[in-house]
Order: sequence, then structure tokens, then C-alpha cells
Amino acid sequence: MAGSTLRKRQAALADARRQLARLGEIPLARSFDACAESAGHAPLRSARIQVLQINVGKRCNQVCHHCHVDAGPDRTEVMSREVMEQCLRVLDQTDIQTVDITGGAPELHPDFRWLVGEVRARGRHVMDRCNLTILALPNYADLPEFLAEHEVEIVASLPYYLARRTDAQRGDGVFAGSIEVLRRLNAIGYGRAGSRLRLNLVTNPVGAFLPPKQAPLELEWKRELSRRHGIEFHSLYTITNMPISRFLEFLETSGNTELYMQRLLDAFNPNAVEALMCRTTLSVGWDGVLYDCDFNQMLDLPVDARFPRHIRDFDRAALEGRPIVTAPHCFGCTAGAGSSCGGAIQ
Amino acid sequence: MSDYYRSEDLPKFGNVGPDALMEKFFAWYNAVFAEGALTEREKALIALAVAHSVQCPYCIDAYSTTCLEKGANDEQMSEAVHVAAAIRGGSSLVHGVQMKNHVHRLSM
Repeated sequence: MAGSTLRKRQAALADARRQLARLGEIPLARSFDACAESAGHAPLRSARIQVLQINVGKRCNQVCHHCHVDAGPDRTEVMSREVMEQCLRVLDQTDIQTVDITGGAPELHPDFRWLVGEVRARGRHVMDRCNLTILALPNYADLPEFLAEHEVEIVASLPYYLARRTDAQRGDGVFAGSIEVLRRLNAIGYGRAGSRLRLNLVTNPVGAFLPPKQAPLELEWKRELSRRHGIEFHSLYTITNMPISRFLEFLETSGNTELYMQRLLDAFNPNAVEALMCRTTLSVGWDGVLYDCDFNQMLDLPVDARFPRHIRDFDRAALEGRPIVTAPHCFGCTAGAGSSCGGAIQ
Repeated sequence: MSDYYRSEDLPKFGNVGPDALMEKFFAWYNAVFAEGALTEREKALIALAVAHSVQCPYCIDAYSTTCLEKGANDEQMSEAVHVAAAIRGGSSLVHGVQMKNHVHRLSM
């Protein structure tokens, strides 16, 4: 358990510029842009926006080792109601069907339920990126029923189906708390076969290596979580750890930064480029600034300066087809089977 | 001898040459480790056990990573190493039968 955020410890890597500088000094034989070009994307450009990913703030009840947000209880960044209303106006102006709400623990935001209600009232699909343990806190005990009532898709983090690896990444006791919450979600219909209440799990490797193949792993997880804990879920998403923020700190302190970046480059998969999430997702920061993805958001890399950079200035025609802002961390999404907020790309 | 088994040398494996032979080797090697009657994970665990048996540091590093990337956990990997150790230990011990046979031949 990291114990506290980079920000709280005033660690050098709390500064996104230091992270980018560190990644930039690693001698890789090819740049991400050169690799994207070899895959027929010169430059990499966005396509039609299908998902509005709203990061409502960096506050979280957990301090996970690998967190790319540097989220934690001490973080104070919170999206204002005004910015949320600007996001809703974008929905009113477009046919964007999916709103992906993330954080931090997004449920900690005082307007979380209001936002979910407003998006659902517009008939749009809502995904809640949930750390599970938040649903066990006393003030949030009725949240599972609220999410079910609004048919919110839950995308929940769980590194492994055994306690030791899970707690190693997310903190002591997190596994037991997560299992308890998963049982509650199952009890109200989430994750059950044929249920409209979608419950998907997300696993990141607990260390400096790539995730296993998603499809066979999902079968194994379903068997093991059912056998060991009587838990059901719909899909398992494998997500590669991004070499930024607290995971970059782990790479640095364990002496793995160069090896990991080389591993990502060696595993570059040209077939993953076409479906990269940055091509169809627009990411909104807590202050309304627009990014190509949540990772770029945490590196303070807004969308290309020639395009609208705040949600109040949203212009779909202008934003679609924009060049994606890239840096060495982008190899994290193209390694192996590829990685996105929806798991493996292939 | 301290310049043996440096981690940074492992990526140079492909440079041993000659190219034509290395290409043939890696084509066969990659085919061996592809999913077949055994899964990729099972093959990686076998490779990890054999790596310990032949005591190749390069192979131990490489197949420890591969096992993790194929979804194996610490317990499975440790058990694989015990399999290698059991065969190594057992192969020594079973030669005790030879010892017994020889002693029997020589003894009154």
C-alpha cells in the first residue's frame, strides 16, 4: 500500500512534467508516433466521439499502488455543478450515447447521484467506474439500489480473485471488502446471467508485466469467483498499467522503468491502433478541460491547442478528426492485445 | 566470470547467428510455445520448471515474466519449481538403486 498520494508526500513525480521528462529520457528504438505511422495512422487522429468520459474529481477512499490519477482521500479537485451542466448540454446537442463517469471514486462527489439522474433522464447509458469498497461505507449503503434503479453499468476494479495480490495493489482488507460488495450487488441482480444490470470487472497486473489474454482469463475468473465466493459477473476487462503517476513511482523504485517501457515497445501491436479508446472517447477533467484520454488528463496534456479545449466550447465538428496528443506512455494502450477502458482491444 | 548472465544480454539472444539458423530456431521455438493441446500458460509453467532444472538465469527471468503474463500466480509458479526440484532430487535418489545393486554384487 502506497499509504499516501504523491501529492501529499510532495514527491517529485507528483509533477506531470517530471513524469513526462522521465519517460522522454528512456532510449527507445522507435517513437510512438513512428509506430502509429507504421500502422497506417500518421498522425493518430480521433474518429467519431462515442463516449463522453467525465472525471468528476480525484478524491478516493483508497490509495492504490498503481493509480494513474494519484487519487486519494487528500485530493480536493472536484467538478463543479456548472461544469457538469456544460457536459449535459453537450449531450443535449449530440447523439453521444455513453457517459463514462470516473474519478477518484466518482461516488464520493456530492452531485454524483444528480449527474447520473440527469444523464439517464436524457436516455443515455451510464458507466460507473467503481472501486467497490466505496459501496461498503455507511453513507453509501443505499448506492447499489440507486445504481440498479438507474440501470447504471458498474465497471469495478478487482486485480485478482485471491486476496494476497489484490491487497498488495489496493491495500490491506480491500479484497474482503470487495467480495462483500460484489455479493450485495449480485443479491440485487447485478452481474447475473441475463440481467440488464451489467457488472464488469477490471483487472490490472499486480506488477511490471503485461496482462494475460482476456478471454481465457475471464473464464478462469468466472469459475474461481463462483467456486470460492459464489460471485457472478458479466465481463472481465484486462487493462495494462500505464507508466505514469504512482505506477511510474513503483517502476522507478523497483528499477523496472526501462525494462517495462521496452516491454511495451516490444509488444507494440499495430492492429490495436485502429480501436484505441482515444479515437472515440472525449475525456473531461474536473475543471472542464478536454483531453484525448484519462491518462493524458493526468499528465496535463489537453487536446491539441488548435481545437476547443474546454467543455463549454465543445464543438463536435471541430473536435472529430483532431490529432491525438501522444507521448511514450501511449505504448501502454498498444501493447499485446491492446488496452482500453473497456479492456483488451482484440 | 562476473560478466556472465547480465540481464541486458538477454535481448541479444537473436544476435547469436548465423541468421538463417536463428530464423529456423525461432520459428520452431515460437511454434512450440503456441497454444495447442497444452495451453500457453501450461507451457510457460513447464518452461519455468525446466529453466530451474537446467539452471539458466536467462530462462528463469524470461519465463517468470511469461508465466505472470499468461496469468499464472505465485503458488502455481512455486509448485512448478518444486516439480523440477523433485525430479532433480528424485533422479539422484533413485540412483541409490544402482548403488544397492553394485554393493550387492560385491558383497558376500
